[in-house]
Amino acid sequence: MATVKIPAPLRRFTHHQNDIPIDGVNVREVLKNLRQQFPVLEKHLFTEDQQLRNFVTLFLNNEDIRSLQGLDTPVKEGDEISIVPAIAGGMRKNEVILTPEEILRYSRHLIMPEVGMEGQKKLKSARILIVGMGGLGCPVSTYLTMAGVGTLGILDFDRVELSNLQRQPLYVTDDVGKLKVEVAKKRLNAMNPHVRIQVHPVQLTSENAMEILQDYDLVVDGTDNFPTRYLVNDACVLLKKPYVYGSLFRFEGQVTVFGGEGGPCYRCLYPEPPPPDLVPSCAEGGVLGVLPGFVGAWQALEAMKLILNEGESLRGRFILIDAIQGRAREFKIHPNPQCPACGNHPTIHRLIDYDEFCGAHRAEQAIQLDKDWEITPKELKALLGSKKDVVILDVREPVEYQICHLPGSRLIPLGELPYRLGELDTSEHIVIHCHTGSRSARAVQFLRQMGFTRVKNLKGGIDAWAEQVAPSMPRY
Amino acid sequence: MLRLPVELLEEIYRHVEVTYPEEGCGFLVGQWEDEEDVMVLQVLPVSNTRVDSRHNRYLISPEVFLQVNREVEKQSLEIVGFYHSHPDAPAKPSDFDRDYAWFGYVYMIVPAHRGKSGMPQVWKLTEDRSSFLPESLILLERRDMVWQR
Repeated sequence: MATVKIPAPLRRFTHHQNDIPIDGVNVREVLKNLRQQFPVLEKHLFTEDQQLRNFVTLFLNNEDIRSLQGLDTPVKEGDEISIVPAIAGGMRKNEVILTPEEILRYSRHLIMPEVGMEGQKKLKSARILIVGMGGLGCPVSTYLTMAGVGTLGILDFDRVELSNLQRQPLYVTDDVGKLKVEVAKKRLNAMNPHVRIQVHPVQLTSENAMEILQDYDLVVDGTDNFPTRYLVNDACVLLKKPYVYGSLFRFEGQVTVFGGEGGPCYRCLYPEPPPPDLVPSCAEGGVLGVLPGFVGAWQALEAMKLILNEGESLRGRFILIDAIQGRAREFKIHPNPQCPACGNHPTIHRLIDYDEFCGAHRAEQAIQLDKDWEITPKELKALLGSKKDVVILDVREPVEYQICHLPGSRLIPLGELPYRLGELDTSEHIVIHCHTGSRSARAVQFLRQMGFTRVKNLKGGIDAWAEQVAPSMPRY
Repeated sequence: MLRLPVELLEEIYRHVEVTYPEEGCGFLVGQWEDEEDVMVLQVLPVSNTRVDSRHNRYLISPEVFLQVNREVEKQSLEIVGFYHSHPDAPAKPSDFDRDYAWFGYVYMIVPAHRGKSGMPQVWKLTEDRSSFLPESLILLERRDMVWQR
């Protein structure tokens, strides 16, 4: 004989009895006998097809029977079976409704079984953060907005530049100089007013990352630098949130899904960042205009699949797109048990200084030149006007030289400099320049070490030259 | 009819404004005065950390319910119902609310528009589980409470 404890609302059906002694060898049988005694309980505890209603939980003594043997859990003399309400409701995830306007808007989703009304409501309940509103952030936010994701966070502290417009379709010429997230919010809301766009016009840092990320279900990567990427990865691991990764370099794109339950993380793949300067950013290396659209659309797709819990996620699979060859390859990636972030014995328990980790400070220090080794554009102009024997050495790439160059300059790309020293004379006055001054700073340092004493770096590069003394020269 | 001291309503307001834009929820504890009328004497907010899982649909887990129920019964009171907020949504029960509701409890829904809570609506599930019916709410001033005791 076991005792069934009846919750208050059901006692009106048990003649106000709290504790009812019932026979039975297991929970199923006890419940059957209880229903025979009080038939009206039936519809409050069981569905038409004899399943326990989803808001009814049964405890044998202090254990949920789901963690025992379910309805087959054996019952001993003196056991206590409690009928416990699982109280739910009002949750955002399930609260959403679709208006007739939204039903029409999303009708191409709704007629597919993989999405349907339930999936569309999941999308509407979802909260997705996009870190970086550049080449990747634009297509990701555009597609997720149109698809009806309920809350979209967009994070970027940059303003629109003319050079963004080659690949960032949310911005138009008149937007140059405006805050990206402000412009994007306006465009995205014009596309779909049902989406709540939350703007974060800040730089993501170790101090604010956890607070910002914790409000979202998943994070989509649109960053262009390693410190932020490691920061986002570690924060996602700590917060157990999936991280839809994408990256670009010239003709190459990468997509995968990191984190979440048991998946590998970015550090499993790349425990350490590459040395600074080895991998250039879009600004330094260039990127083919269509490629971000391609990679970003794929990221948006992966984000949608995660929200819908449909299809095969890219988790554990790394896609490498070679746009110039027209090929995509897939690599298997596995969680690394030694991973400092998500391995068996993680050493990263909170966010660290990612600039230091990625050597960004070291890179800046390496190109700090003595003031005497620098020349400003105005000083160079004066020098060119007074003396004739100044060699202007351009250490950029040939494609950059074709965009613009200083009259009479010699082109030796930085990478070729060590092999072409013979073309230079230590007795000459040499002014070295690149695009913005960092590559040429390394060239100056190198030449000084090689015994050239009359070399100087053009401060700010050809960009500063165009800005300060040659307004007709194109900038890039 | 649900009778609720105004300071308890203020407590509910404070709770759901803190949890906004997430939902806030909690227990209504009190006594049934007869079959239809209930008096709320305590509100017990439930910590939101228990419901932060995306796939977890439960606002109040059975474990929490059992624990609260034990404590409440010690005071000869009972759990009479629940409150929860609807951030930026009207105080009407959703289909989901109905699917999970129990006949015999009162359900108070507090709208929270842009973080500011509004007048709640109380609902009771019909016995055939087909719909929620609105229930009248009587707010008691503080002096009535004193008198009540």
